[in-house]
Amino acid sequence: MRRIVYTGRMPAALPHAIALRALTKVYRGRPAVDGLSLDIPRGTVCGLLGGNGAGKTTTIGMIMGLILPSSGQALVLGADMATDRHRVLGRMNFESPYVDMPHRLTVRQNLDVFARLYGLADRRARIAELAADLALGDFMDRPAGALSAGQKTRVALAKALLNRPDVLLLDEPTASLDPDTADWVRGLIEADRRARGTSILLASHNMAEVERLCDRVVVMKTGRIVADGTSRDLKARFGRGTLEEVFLDVARGTGEARADAAGEARPAAAGDGATA
Amino acid sequence: MSRLAFSPARVGAMVARYSYLLRGSWPRLLDLMYWPTVQLVTWGFIQRFVGGAAAAGGPQGKLAVGAGTLIGAVMLWDVLFRGQLGFSLSFLEEMHSRNVGNLFMSPLRPLEFVASLMVMSLVRLALGVVPVTGLAVLFFGFNLWGLGLALGFFFANLLLTSWSVGLVVSGFLLRHGLGAEELAWSFMFLLLPLCCVYYPVAVLPGWLQPVSWALPPTYVFEGLRAVLNDGVVRTDLMVEALAINACLFAAATLAFLWFLRASRAAGTLLQMGE
Repeated sequence: MRRIVYTGRMPAALPHAIALRALTKVYRGRPAVDGLSLDIPRGTVCGLLGGNGAGKTTTIGMIMGLILPSSGQALVLGADMATDRHRVLGRMNFESPYVDMPHRLTVRQNLDVFARLYGLADRRARIAELAADLALGDFMDRPAGALSAGQKTRVALAKALLNRPDVLLLDEPTASLDPDTADWVRGLIEADRRARGTSILLASHNMAEVERLCDRVVVMKTGRIVADGTSRDLKARFGRGTLEEVFLDVARGTGEARADAAGEARPAAAGDGATA
Repeated sequence: MSRLAFSPARVGAMVARYSYLLRGSWPRLLDLMYWPTVQLVTWGFIQRFVGGAAAAGGPQGKLAVGAGTLIGAVMLWDVLFRGQLGFSLSFLEEMHSRNVGNLFMSPLRPLEFVASLMVMSLVRLALGVVPVTGLAVLFFGFNLWGLGLALGFFFANLLLTSWSVGLVVSGFLLRHGLGAEELAWSFMFLLLPLCCVYYPVAVLPGWLQPVSWALPPTYVFEGLRAVLNDGVVRTDLMVEALAINACLFAAATLAFLWFLRASRAAGTLLQMGE
């Protein structure tokens, strides 16, 4: 595998890559996301944890501008994603299990189309670079629909990195990969972040992955932030040895009691920039 | 990277996407020509039968001349129907492949997406209907291109209507998902009896005629009969049709954007697909 060399630069004037301000989404009277406030500084990796229905996907959808908030704001690189998203869409990208790429187009054709959409001047060179980085060479000319789940994930990551994004949203990026490939992909994400200072929001159920990649972990439940801090902080606060145990405490509703009993601050009130 | 509000390069990217699809699938290409050919052959023989009956002593004049308009009407109906299908089916490709989220998260703007669907509608029409016009000359001696300037008016008006319908149908699909897919195939048939494709507007009951005249294709098919029966190019009809089409297209574009916004509000855009 080649060493990755990136050339992208992050503008210095913007204070936060992502800023959520009392972000709320209500579906049929029920809040899916409830007054979320969160700042993700530039160049950091923030992990977003939560059980099914916690509001992670809705939050990511609002950050992408694909879902309109009921109230509040999702700002990316200073742009309100409900009203001004086209100003920054070329500088961000995402990978999600909820979307796919045209099945009948080859991997090369798919990447070519997205490279054109992102207006890459060096699209052939960039595609070749990513094909080498993500070891896509063996199936570049196969239809995307004929790939294995792991290969599809690698192609989706290639698409997500195509425009050298300043802000990257990753939803379960290693969910269908074998441990070896997953570890390699994590290394790639780390290298990208180190080389270019990419700001990353990572939603994952893989706690080891979150511990390895994330500077900060935000745990959501019923649309609110219920814990926020580094993985070390969270483990200490909940009196647990692993992030998975912290997650289970939160999911089962025992987290707050445990933290209170240990004389710690309530998880929802802790953490930089988070309010529940 | 381009910061233009409307980028032809991004339209080109989407056209490349659909071209890759067509080039890689000969059944798709075959399908484009299949129905127009079947329609032409069927109506061509009907025209020959009716024309022959008239010549053999049946009612003279109007019927025989009227039969001559059938084959032209069939081909122009195909322009309308295939134009809308070309638009809506290209859009449906994105839904079937769960690519809508990727597209709307890219710098592609909704109106660029619409422009690419219009281009693909033209491309699919050229691939499907133009060869059939050659068959009409070869087998039934009817040359659609012989209509000259009038044909240009007919094409422009029918395409504008087909894109307006395509926009509304695609917007509806965007908001309500693939459960509404049948609309892409069936919606245009609602217009078939109202647009008076095979008969004059005068045949309709009086209360229905204003409805018919509110639809631009009606002017085209009346115009076609005027050219073939009387040898007159009714530019007045074509200008009226263009004016109605301009209003329809603007309204349809607004409807598409409204459906897109409604889909974002409902949170369905990200999880769209089969």
